[in-house]
Formats: sequence, structure tokens, C-alpha cells
Amino acid sequence: MSSWKYEEDGCTVVETCAWSPPGDHPVGCGLKLYVKNGELVKAIGNPEHPITNGRLCPRCLALREYIYHPQRVIYPMKRAPEDRGKDAWTRISWAEAYDLIEENVARIKKEYGAEAIFSVIGTGRDMWHTVPFITFGALGSPNFTYIHSGWSCYGPRCAISAYTLGAGYPEVDYAAMFQDKRYDHPDYKLTEVLVVWGKEPLKSNADGLFGHAFVDMMKRGTKIISVDPRLTYWGKNAEYWLQLRPGTDAALALAMLNVIVNEDLYDHEFCENWVFGWDELKERVQEYPPEKVAEITWVPKEQIIGAARLYANANPGSISWGLATDQKCNGVQFAHALLALMCCCGNIDVPGGIIVGAPSFAAPMWWGWDSLSPEMQAKRLGSDSGMGGDRYPAVTTAISTAQPDMPLDAMETGYPYPLKMSWIMSSNPIACPTAAPQRWDKAFKKLDFNVVCDLFMTPSAASFGDLFLPVSTFAEKDGIVNTHYGSLSMFTGAINKAIQVGECKADDEILLELGKRLNPSAFPWETMDEFLTWELDQYIPGMSIEELRDKKWAVPEWNYLKYRNGLQNFDGQDGFVTASRKIELMEPLFAEWGDDPLPYYEEPPYSPVNTPNLMKEYPFVLTTGARSWVFFHSEQRHVDTLREIHPDPITEIHPETAQTLGIKNGDWIWVENQFGKAKQRAKLFSGIDRRVIHSEHAWWYPERPAVDGEFGPEDVFLSNINNLVPHKLIGKLGFGSPYKAMICKVYKAED
Amino acid sequence: MSKKGLLIDYKYCTGCHSCEVACKNHLDLPVGKWGIKLIEVGPFIIEQGTPDKFEWIYLPVPTELCDMCVDEVEKGYKPMCAHHCLGDCIDYGTVEELAKLMESRPGKQTLYMPID
Ligand code: SF4
Ligand code: SF4
Ligand code: SF4
Repeated sequence: MSSWKYEEDGCTVVETCAWSPPGDHPVGCGLKLYVKNGELVKAIGNPEHPITNGRLCPRCLALREYIYHPQRVIYPMKRAPEDRGKDAWTRISWAEAYDLIEENVARIKKEYGAEAIFSVIGTGRDMWHTVPFITFGALGSPNFTYIHSGWSCYGPRCAISAYTLGAGYPEVDYAAMFQDKRYDHPDYKLTEVLVVWGKEPLKSNADGLFGHAFVDMMKRGTKIISVDPRLTYWGKNAEYWLQLRPGTDAALALAMLNVIVNEDLYDHEFCENWVFGWDELKERVQEYPPEKVAEITWVPKEQIIGAARLYANANPGSISWGLATDQKCNGVQFAHALLALMCCCGNIDVPGGIIVGAPSFAAPMWWGWDSLSPEMQAKRLGSDSGMGGDRYPAVTTAISTAQPDMPLDAMETGYPYPLKMSWIMSSNPIACPTAAPQRWDKAFKKLDFNVVCDLFMTPSAASFGDLFLPVSTFAEKDGIVNTHYGSLSMFTGAINKAIQVGECKADDEILLELGKRLNPSAFPWETMDEFLTWELDQYIPGMSIEELRDKKWAVPEWNYLKYRNGLQNFDGQDGFVTASRKIELMEPLFAEWGDDPLPYYEEPPYSPVNTPNLMKEYPFVLTTGARSWVFFHSEQRHVDTLREIHPDPITEIHPETAQTLGIKNGDWIWVENQFGKAKQRAKLFSGIDRRVIHSEHAWWYPERPAVDGEFGPEDVFLSNINNLVPHKLIGKLGFGSPYKAMICKVYKAED
Repeated sequence: MSKKGLLIDYKYCTGCHSCEVACKNHLDLPVGKWGIKLIEVGPFIIEQGTPDKFEWIYLPVPTELCDMCVDEVEKGYKPMCAHHCLGDCIDYGTVEELAKLMESRPGKQTLYMPID
């Protein structure tokens, strides 16, 4: 018995910090798992946890139902390629599964080269080290991919952080690293004004930010500015709710900068000493006066000015940027403008402001990369070498993946080379991330061999999987959870195994076992604990996994104002890790890669301004993908307790708009544009603009059989809103696709 | 014996549904039954403008099935709804204490006494 494992109530209690699966982002929420005769009988929040204090989302509260769901796949299974789409799976052993992988990998490498194998990862989960390491280290391919068109989740924000800030991901300071006193710690200062921009942290807890910390801060006096086309809890409680037209964020940010510059509200010391390109930016923002931007964004001029003043005068102010940053072709430029807004008022790396990560050489997404030969590295799809087809250096320099749209092109056309095998781990491609999902489905069906590692028979696995490897939930595994995947660690927690279900294995066990078979020299660890200690050493040098388990959680070394104390750069000198050692609000790399070095606004490709003729047929702006309290993307639709709370795919329409269309609350409707359509249920919602429609993403119906024509294709496409988003409509640098800024019409459907 | 209650500081209720699911776990309730159920009022426009000004309330309502989590309270825990509440807006205690707490804070609050 120990600090994290003890007897209570006739059960063995295992304390753990959650990550995934199910879901989710690396918050590391504290749980107490009660185990009796090897079965999880109860899961409650751990009140001792310094950040969550016992609180849990419905998703973790339904953990038992998820773990023991009758539809869960708990043994490895194979299916003959000619039976794809049919319920014709055979149970096999892990040894047989690994043999099958080994045979196929060897054959494909010999016939086509290792680059013909690619892996697919999903967002947010506990495997941003696992999948790249399997791809590079075990499979020997440079094609680790995340097939969300234009890397439209985290990509643009990551690129901006890497190139122009040269630091780990910027995040609001919610005192996470002061584990004892939190907001009352003497080194912390409460955020005065918090801008929540294109984000719903309450539901998403994105990248490890515990969303309800913002409610804790609001209770203490933090004021809110909400920037969102839809009313949320933040808009309802905000000093300013800027209800902008979807996709016009960059214009709004530039107009706020315009106010701050012209009213002299910026931090002169910071902008003069720590910013590169400030004069050029000052000039650029003159193109975005509030009057003009009010017309573009539909946000009245007075509100733009008022919000800019409120933020600029706050001490400290802070900004939380969300997924909506990325889901537009103009995402990189918007992220760049938002970074300017973050830093121009002196809020970077100050208490209660926007904190940034210390530099780190070995970001987990690059683990195993060095085991590839330079020739193999050069073949990555989108690589600057030209040997991986079209060049997208802005993507492939900052991020270890291929450019996300290119695998589809390669599968469809064989250019720059054919793809033959996929390794899909924590992704449900045709139900969730892909634009033009039906094309991806056809393309996957053409491959020789598709391996799917998951917990449930997803529509993607049902449609084209050949081998299914069953994966453990976080309650069934040992691991480490680190906020922001280690790029900004404000919390590091131990994930502790409490139970075993069937023959499921943790993703990292699969990594080590397969790695040892395929490329032993890259996988020297004898046990999971040895591997985890090595992993932990990257975040908290010198600490062993046993020590972390005993402490339950820890905080990596932490400092404010690192750039002024020689802690932000590798060489111990002041400044940031950029060529100018300053934050580059003018980015020379962007110019080198054929884009504007300064942030700018560009209309969404389809919009009232850009395509007025098309708007006659598709009169509404369509935004998609708002988060649910109970689902993580395409997961959990089969968990009855959660589905009861959120039974159907919802499309929100303003009541007045609905009335003109003859649509009533609860009607089934079609949302349609020139690319496709999706069937969803109408919800009349006055918190949305009369000219805007919002539809949910990632819907499928696990209550129907797992075969083609049922929840496998075509049914998975019935309500899939990404039918309306075309393939590879992306920004110049290879980032950003308009998932949140399309156009559509809406009409009543049969029930 | 003083009567026990649940005080909801509902301006901080975000509508997260955790109380509902935590309570279902505690009472082992199937689909269709609730020990505490969230209701939603609005959003509706109170004042037209750009943007419009709204009222929008989430409020959890304990039902007849609520047993005030006596067994959990005996073990030293808070009731499971309060324990897991993401908005941290449910307080448990004697009706007397809670009424005092209620008076000391700004609205919007409501005090429940689900059972005797
Ligand atoms: S689902 Fe909610 S409670 Fe569970 S780990 Fe994620 S954020 Fe934490
Ligand atoms: S106190 Fe009542 S409503 Fe709250 S969890 Fe317990 S039984 Fe459910
Ligand atoms: S758990 Fe708390 S915040 Fe969430 S719905 Fe219930 S009362 Fe509201």
C-alpha cells in the first residue's frame, strides 16, 4: 500500500491523473478509482488535486459505463481485405497481430519503400509521443500525419509560437504551478481582464487548460471579453461580447491593435526592446480602422474600441486563443495578430498574464525522427526537400507531421509516390477530422493494409480496417500526463493502472512491443517503468516514475519573465529563440516562404463579400464544430448516460431565421452547400446571428450495426458536417482550412 | 437535528451536467430517471442591440429520488453533486448555515431542502 494505492470501503483505491482514452486533453484531472475483485466499481474526483479539487466532467463520471460497454472491443481482431465493410472479424492473439504487421511492413518496405506507410493520429490524446515514435522509430516511415485539413487544430498557433515567439505554447496564467495556494500565492497576480477568443474551455479543456479555472478567476474578480459568433457562458457574463462574423477574426484583432497603437495604450518599453517589426506593424494596423473593420466583422465600432481599451488598460490582461484560430485559411495571420495583441501590452510571461514555455529541444512529436536516414526524412510529404511532393516548409519545419492534406492526394494520384499502408491510432478519420470525408474513405479502401488501434468499432475501422488492436483506457495503464504535451508544463501527473480489461494494451505498450520487434535499437527499454522514467526525465530531470507516483503530481521548474533572465534561450542569454531574439511581429521566414511577413486579413474563400452570387443560393454563413459537454469529438455516442444528455446532432438557427424558413425547434433539417449536405436536428437559438448557422461535427450512430450502409459508410456521412468542407482549401503556408467559415442553405428534411 | 440543504449559486452554474451524472452514479439510476436535473431558461433577449443582451440560466433541481448522499456524507465526503460540480456552485450544510451564507453573497442563488 502507498500514497496512491490503499484500502477504503472494502475496495482497493487507486489514485490517478486522467488523460486518455476516453477523450481527451492533458489536464490530468484527479480521480480515485475503487476496485473490487479486479473490477472498477466506482470512480470519483480526487478532492486533494490542486487544480481540479475533485471536480470532474460528465465524460469521466461515465467512465465505468465506457470501460465495460458491451460494444467495446477487447481482443485483437483481423478481417480479410475483401471483407472490408462487413462484420467478418476473427479474434486473434497479439502475437499473431504483431506477425501480421511485421509481414506487411516488410513486404511494403521492400516493394515500395517505408514512405508508403503512413500513420494517423487524433487530437489531444496521450500519444503525441507514441504515434510519431511508432512511425519514425518502429515503422521507419517519415509520414506521421494528422489528417485534419490544413492542420486546422493547434497547427497555426503552434507555428506562430515556434517561428515568431520561439517559445512553448502561450497560455493564460491561472496559477496552476502554485499548487498549495493557487490564486492566493504571493507571486501570483489575478488576471484583471481575460479575453476568451474563439474557444470554449469549459467544454474542451483544450490542451490541458482546466476550463473551469476561468470561472474560479471570474469569482475572484476577473472581467471577461468574449469573442465568439455564438453566445456562450462567457458572452453572457462578459463586459464585451464581440459577436463577429465567422472567419473575420484577423480583421478584428488588427482593429483592436489599431486602437491600442493610435491611442498610445501599448507598453513602450516592451515593444521597443522585445519586439521585432513594431514600426512595421504600427503601419500595417493603419489599414484596419475600427469603422472599416466594423463593416467586415459585423461588430460595431464602439465595441471594438471599448474592448480594446478595456484589455489594454488591464494590469495584467490575458488572452486565451482557441481552436477557432486555426480553422480558417487566414489562421496563421490571425494567430500572428493575436500574438501581437498578447505582447503589445506587456502581458507576456508576467503573473496573471500570458505565460510561455521554456525552450525544449526534444519535443515528444520528434521522438524517433533521428532514427530515420536523411534520405528517408527528405521523403516526408510536404518536406522542403521537394522529395515529398509540393513543399510546405512552414508546416514541416515547426511540426513533425506531413502536410495533412497530402496523404489523400498521394492515395488518389500516386504523386509523389503511392501509399500502401496506414497505422491509425486514436483517429476516426471518416467521422471526424477530414474534409471531404467520402474521398478519404474511398482512398483508405484502396490501400493494402489498414491497422486501427481503438477501443470501439468506429465507422472508419468498420469501413476499411484489416487489423484491430484493442487499446486500454487511462484506468488500465501507467503513464504521465503533462499539460500542453510538455511544451508548457504547468502540471505533471502520474497515470496509474487500476484494472485490466480483456487483452487491451496501452498505446505505449504497443509502441514498445512493436518497436522491439521492428527496430530494437531504437527501443532500449526493458519495462514500461524504465520507459516512463526516461520520458519523465525530459520534463522533470532526475525524477523517476516511482517518485512521481508517490508524490502523485509535481510541477516542473517554473519562472516568470524568462526572456529577461536568460531562461528563455538555450544559450543562457536574454531574449527569445528567434533570429532577432525578439518576438517577431514581422516574420522574415514567412516572406521567405512566399507569404506576407506581417499579419493581414483575408476574406474566407466563400463568404458574403467574396462570393455574393453563390450567397443567393447559399445565403448563410456556416460555422461548425462547437464542443459538447459529454462527447470528445466522435467518441462516446454509445454511452447511454451521455447520449441521453445530448441525443442528436444539433444545428443552431436564430428563431427569426427559422421562422422565415418554416423550421421549428426539433425539426430534422438538411444543411447543404455546393460540396455536400448533412442531416441534423434544428435548435432555435437566439444567441446566434440571424445570418449565421452553426452545425455540430463528428456525429455517427453506433446504435446501428457496424457494416457498410449502416454506421459504416454511407451512414457515417449522413450527418457529417465536413461533407460541406472541400479538400485542401488551405492557406498559402499549408495551414488553415475554413471549417468554421463556409456558406450553406438550410431546409426541412423528412423525419 | 438540523435539516440539511443544498445552496446553489447559480450565476456560476455553467450547465456542465456533472451534477446529473455524479448523482446517477450515486443512486445507480438508468436513462430517464434523475436525482438532480438541470433546467435551462433562455437564452432570450432582454434588450435588443448589437449584440443583444440576454438572460440565460442553468439551474439544477433535486428530485424526490435525492437522498442527500447520507452515506457519502457519513464517510466525510460532500454530496456527489457538490463534490463534482465544475462551477463549484453547490454548497452543502444545515439550512441555517446555508441561509446565512446565502445572505452574505450577491444573487442569483437558491436554497433547496430536498428531503426532511
Ligand atoms: S473528461 Fe473532463 S474530467 Fe475527464 S480528464 Fe478530461 S477534463 Fe478531466
Ligand atoms: S445530494 Fe441528492 S442530488 Fe446531490 S448527488 Fe446526492 S442524491 Fe444526488
Ligand atoms: S455540476 Fe454545477 S456547474 Fe455543472 S450543471 Fe451542475 S450545478 Fe451547474
